[in-house]
Amino acid sequence: MSLSTSDVQKVARLARLAMNDTEIEAARIQLSGIFELIAEMQAVDTTGIEPMSHAQDVSQRLREDRVTEPDQRELFQSIAPQVESGLYLVPQVIE
Amino acid sequence: MTWEIVIGLEVHAQLSTQTKIFSGASTTYGAEPNTQADAVSIALPGVLPVLNKGAVERAIKFGLATGAHIAPRSVFARKNYFYPDLPKGYQISQFDLPVVGMGALTIQVEPLSGPSTGSGFKPYEKVVRITRAHLEEDAGKSVHGSSQGMTGIDLNRAGTPLLEIVSEPDMRSAAEAIAYAKALHTLVKWIGICDGNMQEGSFRCDVNVSVRRPGEPFGTRREIKNLNSFKFMQQAIDYEVQWQIDTIESGGKVQQATILFNPDSGETRAMRSKEDAHDYRYFPDPDLLPLDISEEWKEQVRATLPELPEARRARYTGEYGLTAYDANVLTSSREMADYFDTCVGAVGAAGAKLCANWLTGELSAQLNRDGLDMTQCPVNPQQMGGMLARIADNTISNSGAKEVFRALWAEGGDADAIIEAKGLKQVSDSGAIEALVDEIIAANADKVAEYRSGKDKLFGFFVGLAMKASKGKANPAQLNEVLKQKLAG
Repeated sequence: MSLSTSDVQKVARLARLAMNDTEIEAARIQLSGIFELIAEMQAVDTTGIEPMSHAQDVSQRLREDRVTEPDQRELFQSIAPQVESGLYLVPQVIE
Repeated sequence: MTWEIVIGLEVHAQLSTQTKIFSGASTTYGAEPNTQADAVSIALPGVLPVLNKGAVERAIKFGLATGAHIAPRSVFARKNYFYPDLPKGYQISQFDLPVVGMGALTIQVEPLSGPSTGSGFKPYEKVVRITRAHLEEDAGKSVHGSSQGMTGIDLNRAGTPLLEIVSEPDMRSAAEAIAYAKALHTLVKWIGICDGNMQEGSFRCDVNVSVRRPGEPFGTRREIKNLNSFKFMQQAIDYEVQWQIDTIESGGKVQQATILFNPDSGETRAMRSKEDAHDYRYFPDPDLLPLDISEEWKEQVRATLPELPEARRARYTGEYGLTAYDANVLTSSREMADYFDTCVGAVGAAGAKLCANWLTGELSAQLNRDGLDMTQCPVNPQQMGGMLARIADNTISNSGAKEVFRALWAEGGDADAIIEAKGLKQVSDSGAIEALVDEIIAANADKVAEYRSGKDKLFGFFVGLAMKASKGKANPAQLNEVLKQKLAG
């Protein structure tokens, strides 16, 4: 399967990546290569095999519902670009 | 030609855990901004989610309470979108393998005020199917307008566990939608998985509305987002339904859209639809392994389930012979139902109707007057039961009981002590009542003669005299009987 330029443009837009035409073309070739690999794997007969959702066949470990994390706001906000009254500030979001 | 309304609901119930769904940060409401936003909540690089057992347990509880299939294995997925209050760039949710499968909820549909239900509406019962319920994390909160040209982000709410409960499009009126939302609201509180506080956003409803001609396929739906009161839900549905009908009847077409309800104007309006907004590119989250729920765990959780509202309603109407209306009011919350059960325990099953009358009448009215809910009731069920037992055994009259109730409400204490202190014990001794009546008859020979010659209305006069003579303590039923007998001559 070969991706079109507009496929790559769409994925880039969804991922908020700014790419010029050269980069788009390079990504298109690389991504198409990945899809070829996927196509190869999909050609394998998997009849009767239950699909896995994770590479390891183990199940999720669970945590007791107990507070373990202290307030570290000061530490975390010391590396934030801008904070005010305990809030992280970002450029205005228009609904 | 008539229109049929089709409604389905998506409800986000915030689960009442101590900590977040994927980290050990506290979920207490109203904390200072970002003081409960730990490394996982703010998505620092390198952190990993660890699933909260308490959140899963609550999801299982809900599934069992709605007779749903609990998936022995379910999977978490990433829902990708960009927004500043979602620092990872994706929300962890469940997609094609949710923890809870198809279930159902029985609802009691009651008339609504306003145009939603016409006159002659009769309450009825209906079963609404629940498509699925899945676990997911909440996003943070954006605070607008605090700083010029900037938006403030509070990530305390980020990672709070939610159960998203999706219904089938089974509702056919605003009344049914409200009844379903209320039944669901009662249930999640009843089984203790959500505090149901709508002001704080613990129970948020998205309503999908469409209209069609009866018998035709579903029309195009519009989704009203984030309704946090039943009143707004009704207003929003009424407005939206009318808008859709007007649009179609004037030759237009309804476009699928996400809309918001403005409580001030009472109108709905479409949100600006962002390009690609619904391309969430779900995929299984590689940071989380599949969630396995064993039969054994399921049964352990089942053992913790209380008797559910539906079963209680059936018990109240069946065993106690209460009306469907009374049974509904008494099962409107678990606190109310438990209170009622304690009272009936004190009075006996024969006094169930008496208990129901007092709880749905005097007690509810007093709670309303003082703006309290059942959990804040100053009279506990043991005190109330103690008083009701004295009505049932004829120690006090209904009016005497009202005095006892006022005293219990204002000062607390115990019914028997109040009855004693206030001298409210009614006279049920037939000898004493007869003596009293004899005296009155002897002292009012002229009136007795008038009564006997047909002036029936005088009966009330004698009752008044007798009551006064007994200082209001005579058992009214007994007094009436004795008077009738003696006056007849």
